[in-house]
Amino acid sequence: MPLLTRLLGPMLLCAGLVILAVAIGGIRNGGWLQVLVVVIGAALLFNGIGKVARRRFGPHVDVTAWLCAVWLIVLISAAVFAPLLPIGEHQDLAATLSEPTMARPDLLSAHPLGTNNFGLDLLTRVLYGARVSLIVSIGAVLMGMVFGGLVGIVAGFRRGPVDWVASVLTNSFLAVPPLILLIALATVLEPTLQNIAFALSLLATPSMIRIARASTMALAEREFVMAGRAMGASNLRVMVRELLPNVALPLASYGMVMISVLIVAEASLSFLGLGVEAPAPSWGNMIAEGQGRVFEQNPHIVLVPGVVLFFTVFAFNALGERARSRFDSRAGKL
Amino acid sequence: MASANTVQVRHQADAPSGGASGASAKSGAPVLSVSDLVVEFPLADGQVVHAVSGVSLDLADGETVGILGESGSGKSSAARALMQLPPPTAGSVKLQGKELTGRRGAALRTDRARMQMIFQDPISSLNPRRRVKDLVAQGPRTWGRKVSDDDIREVLEAVGLRPEVVWDRRPHELSGGQCQRVSIARALMLDPQVLICDEPVSALDVSVQAQILNLLEDAKKRYNLSVLFIAHDVAVVKNISDRVMVMYLGKVCEVVPSSKLVEEARHPYTQLLLASVPEMHSSSSGAGSGVGGSGPGASGVSDGQGSATSVGSVELPSPINPPSGCRFRTRCPLATDLCAAEAPMLRDLGDGHLLACHHADSRHAGSAGRGEG
Amino acid sequence: MGRPLLVVENLSAVITTGRGPLTAVDGVSLSLDRGEVLGIVGESGSGKSVLARTIMGLHCSDPRFALSGTVKLDGRDVLGLEPSQLRAMWGPEVGMVFQDPMTALNPVKRVGTHLVEAVRKHQQVTRRDAVGQALDLLDMVGIPDPRRRINQFPHQLSGGMRQRVVIAMALANRPKLLIADEPTTALDVTVQRQILDLLDRLRGELGMAVIMISHDLGVVAGRTDRVAVMYGGEIVETADARSLFDAPRHPYASALLAAIPSLKGAPHQRLAAIDGTPPDLVMPPSGCRFAARCDAVHDDCRVQPPQLIFDGTHGTACHYPVNPLISTASNTSGDT
Repeated sequence: MPLLTRLLGPMLLCAGLVILAVAIGGIRNGGWLQVLVVVIGAALLFNGIGKVARRRFGPHVDVTAWLCAVWLIVLISAAVFAPLLPIGEHQDLAATLSEPTMARPDLLSAHPLGTNNFGLDLLTRVLYGARVSLIVSIGAVLMGMVFGGLVGIVAGFRRGPVDWVASVLTNSFLAVPPLILLIALATVLEPTLQNIAFALSLLATPSMIRIARASTMALAEREFVMAGRAMGASNLRVMVRELLPNVALPLASYGMVMISVLIVAEASLSFLGLGVEAPAPSWGNMIAEGQGRVFEQNPHIVLVPGVVLFFTVFAFNALGERARSRFDSRAGKL
Repeated sequence: MASANTVQVRHQADAPSGGASGASAKSGAPVLSVSDLVVEFPLADGQVVHAVSGVSLDLADGETVGILGESGSGKSSAARALMQLPPPTAGSVKLQGKELTGRRGAALRTDRARMQMIFQDPISSLNPRRRVKDLVAQGPRTWGRKVSDDDIREVLEAVGLRPEVVWDRRPHELSGGQCQRVSIARALMLDPQVLICDEPVSALDVSVQAQILNLLEDAKKRYNLSVLFIAHDVAVVKNISDRVMVMYLGKVCEVVPSSKLVEEARHPYTQLLLASVPEMHSSSSGAGSGVGGSGPGASGVSDGQGSATSVGSVELPSPINPPSGCRFRTRCPLATDLCAAEAPMLRDLGDGHLLACHHADSRHAGSAGRGEG
Repeated sequence: MGRPLLVVENLSAVITTGRGPLTAVDGVSLSLDRGEVLGIVGESGSGKSVLARTIMGLHCSDPRFALSGTVKLDGRDVLGLEPSQLRAMWGPEVGMVFQDPMTALNPVKRVGTHLVEAVRKHQQVTRRDAVGQALDLLDMVGIPDPRRRINQFPHQLSGGMRQRVVIAMALANRPKLLIADEPTTALDVTVQRQILDLLDRLRGELGMAVIMISHDLGVVAGRTDRVAVMYGGEIVETADARSLFDAPRHPYASALLAAIPSLKGAPHQRLAAIDGTPPDLVMPPSGCRFAARCDAVHDDCRVQPPQLIFDGTHGTACHYPVNPLISTASNTSGDT
């Protein structure tokens, strides 16, 4: 019995690998059957990794978090190094005249995730799309964190009229439906990366202000702020040296969650044709290519960017949530 | 007979024995001089909290004054007003002869620099993101001064911490007592003359409390400090102070040398505090041993069962609407119409004993032939 | 009285933490007669609160707690009870008073609602009768003008009044055992005295047994029949209150008593502090847990954990007790 439980993990792991290999190599062009087998294999693999990791690193190891981190690291480094990778063409239509169009995903072929109707390689497009999605959303979150954090700290520390103005601004922004705000901005602004990031940062900023303001007000009650002032620190110094490092923590963990929201928001903008313009890829306009009857005949056009989007959003969310709960429990202990 | 006490109480007149820090050579002049301090907080509905109502105090060089009072007595508000955090509503605070009230910005920060504060919650008073070595260096760095690692090591050793152990720790990795030591080290780095300790041991366990009290005594000698020690524990305050100031609802009831606190304190509120101290050695060793000179009926709190209805059931009045006249009268067993009509003045009974009560004198006529000067 | 009301045998509570299993309570045995008052004294982290809550059965269904040993309250095994049986026990069998009266009361409920709910949880009475009982309870705990107070919210009461309400709730169903966990720590000194007097009086009137937990020896002194001193999850000394305070035998108990500033001495007397910090209960030391801080430590203390050895009713877990064991249980109070 103990032998069995000890071997269960590795057995599941191996079974998952075998099934995945069979799905990829054995039943090529299997269509939905192949997808189903891949899912089963992945589930077994996940279970097996979990069991092995718990046996190896103790019962508290958070397998999901590690897998999320691995996914993000692989995705981000692949996106960064995309021009160096031996993969297909992502946007030059002239270069793909001889390539197959609408090729189905086949990991053993030259186009592992298939091609679209112009013969552009989907794997490459997903990686270049990741550049757009990640740059835009991370940039927007950073802008929101810096601006929202500064305004929030000042408002929470000084209170009074500053706080009043900040609250009115925040509340008015939150009152506008985000998608309508984005569409309105998109009609005014050129759809460049900077402008999209700026538009999205307007979505991130109000909640950042709120979080920074609330944690500043909570921290300002703590005695270390009074101690800093008693030692002769000016208001500016208190805000920068005492409050900022403590406020940055909850802001950063919320930022992780916010990134996933903004990836979706950017995708929606691109889907509506208001974001990055084709043929330059972004996850949103890649999914938009599946409009009309395309999805019925070639579901991979939507599924490939959709699944990548799903995993990325899930990973950011999961990590952000863990970062926040960890921060909260530490704060509770203090 | 117990009052035949050999312990010398240092008054303003006594210069400290030696090693006075050069700058404040004017012996006799108080290091910190507070007069008619008033702290009021406006509430949203237009009412006003009278946290401190006219407190005066001189802190001599090398002296420790204990401020004793319960929550709501205004002792913490007074301490913060001394630091001008926030500044008092009225009154004067002079540190080494320099007026602090009314000053702002950099001038205030400079003049206040030699008065430092230690807080009640040891963990909360340290920035959770900093490590011990940076926490201790925080003060001088605020003033743009470089701090060498040797300086940090020296002060950590002075407060009984092993530098190599705590060097890179963050506050949540330390115990409460260790955090309080770091706080003291941090204050000492600024070479203060006056140390204000706001309930520094209330959050600590008994054994650690003793460590910190001993440390404060050592630091006081070594760094030639004058200390304002705020607490609600009568025995702790008596142990560390030269003089004890008893506060109730923002006013001073009594100032008494701590060597005479038990025997000669006369204010009914001081008596109540003394009577509330539990006797350590259970029933056997004579009930009320700590209440020695209180006399019968000094307060409603006696060992009997009736106590719950006398003083016990009276609520502490709100500092928003403090009672007229003497603020303690609603809980005082000696209260008369006079107490409601007229607030008692703080009178000098000699030997550094000040008392604000209309009636406590007569009761104690026998204790000493001490008239009011 | 026959068998004791509460018997705890070899009780251990192990908490799962991020750093590993923490043995908060380690092999504690004690018993309590009906109407008896037991004081449990210890510093923070000594396991006294976990012990009290385990006796209450509060940790029974908590997956983070691994409990072993037995707790028998009036013959019933508390640790084996179902959650519903526990709820039926809380109130008529055992009541609890917590440290912070503000968090023990629901801020949006009136004082009366708290009491009426406490009464009707265990008694089949009409609302009107329950309100009548609530008024009696408020009167019993010394709250003046109960008719006005019953309609107030917790934030309208002072700390002392709130604690009286909490006590009234705990006593609503006349428990046989009252556990008071740091009942006066959050209160002012003058109020502290009143609450302790109140608990004394109520114990006399209702004839219940009381476990009084405190970090403050002064709170326990003179108010308890028997005292147990906890250190590092273990009981290191237990005795009737007088002999423990007059002639403590365990170096920790003795040092703890010496560390308290006295009103009698002259100012600026050096206090007998206990150096060092309490042991880490995730990795407790192998021998005596107090060895690292003990003045009278011998080599074997660090190796061999001492057992709680009884001389009459006075139990000490120390290889080298401070006051010799020869002194009889009915000791004289001649020593200082």
